Amino acid sequence: MVEAMARPYKVLLAKPGLDGHDRGIKVVARALRDAGFEVIYTGLHQTPEMIVEAALQEDVDCVALSILSGAHMTIFPRVRALLDGQGAKDVVVTGGGIIPEEDMEALYAQGISRLFGPGTSLDDIVRYMTEALEARREERESE
Amino acid sequence: MRQAGLDAHEQRAHELVERILTGDRVAAGRAISLLENGGPGAPCLLSGLYPHTGHAYRLGFTGPPGAGKSTLLDRLTVELRKRGKSVGILSVDPSSPFTHGALLGDRVRMSGATADPSVFMRSMASRGALGGLARTTFEAADVLDALGRDVILIETVGVGQSELDVSSAVDVTVVVLTPEAGGGVQMIKAGLMEIADILVLNKADREHADAMEAELLDYLDIVENGRLMRGRVSTAEGWEVPLVRTVALDGTGISELADALEKYRAWLEESGVWEQRRQRQARAKLREMIAARVERALWEAPGRRELLDALADQMAAGRTEPVRAVEEFLGKVRSSGLLI
Repeated sequence: MVEAMARPYKVLLAKPGLDGHDRGIKVVARALRDAGFEVIYTGLHQTPEMIVEAALQEDVDCVALSILSGAHMTIFPRVRALLDGQGAKDVVVTGGGIIPEEDMEALYAQGISRLFGPGTSLDDIVRYMTEALEARREERESE
Repeated sequence: MRQAGLDAHEQRAHELVERILTGDRVAAGRAISLLENGGPGAPCLLSGLYPHTGHAYRLGFTGPPGAGKSTLLDRLTVELRKRGKSVGILSVDPSSPFTHGALLGDRVRMSGATADPSVFMRSMASRGALGGLARTTFEAADVLDALGRDVILIETVGVGQSELDVSSAVDVTVVVLTPEAGGGVQMIKAGLMEIADILVLNKADREHADAMEAELLDYLDIVENGRLMRGRVSTAEGWEVPLVRTVALDGTGISELADALEKYRAWLEESGVWEQRRQRQARAKLREMIAARVERALWEAPGRRELLDALADQMAAGRTEPVRAVEEFLGKVRSSGLLI
């Protein structure tokens, strides 16, 4: 008999736009897998529409974007808005990349969850994701 | 309190069914999660979906890792869409037995198919199940069936030697091999060949493809009326297994594969094997559901785990032996009067 275990958190990791640098996101994908997450990696060159469609079909708890191209101020809010429009307000949107401090602040004000810059440790990412998704699940279940 | 809670779950399950029947993809995504996680509304959801299932053509794809199954499914989906079919895809990848985490990467190879919003694609982690599938893969297929998908493509984990489960639950089993897949004896040993209704030799532009094809055809030879017939092996029901050469990357042979799948379906219907298949699927499904229920009941009854621990302690201390311990366990189960 397999012991009943808490269901794993599902996270969609995506690389939007023309940015082809996927080394970082693959490292994060592996760290999350090793921490017990179910990680869905979409690959490169995804549009916000494709990312959101995948997030809904896969019914993920969280969408995490890696953006190194400078397009973060457009793409993060767009993904957030598309999710909200489909009734998926409770899906956490987070990510990382080359994002200046003041841009991070502006994105937080628009409903984006914590963002991670260069030099972040994998432990920090895993710890944050675990806490954020635990809190979300408790909220969902108390509804 | 408990009753009221259950009602809310049932209510939610009914709502999901209604929404799925209108083609709502968000509801389909949520429904599959409910089944995967085995929440309290799951049985109600399955019962609600059942009357709306049975229309989709269910295809199972199996073969060793790296055979190109995901890429093949991507190109096949595009071809089926051209032929006016709606498509659902379920791709299973392994979960880590240690952390339960999983890296589900099939979407990377399926960007052609998934760019089409009318294609529903779901990645499933195997979550400890054997046989190349997740425990709830076929329940997820019911969701896509009720969602109105004409064709459902199911891709197994691809470990190669324990994938026989898939064939008992789909209408057609496609075995995908490559020129590098190993010699003929390996193929026979793997038991993969026996479950194939259609054989695909992918990466057929590579060196040794001709040799592999010859070897596969050797396997497909049968002796009929004292004469050797080339490439004529048939399944127990009398279908002659075709070998389709493909190069999924550039699309070679995909149209031929789609033709073979259509031909197989027509044969299923004409020969009456379709009904037999559905009976076999129903049987496999019932067996699985009964086994799951019995197992749950067995361990949920009070005192069972404690009894297991106590017997294990005795065994470890050399005070009993396994056969006697099992008898003792089952004796106590019987005398408790609770289900098994």
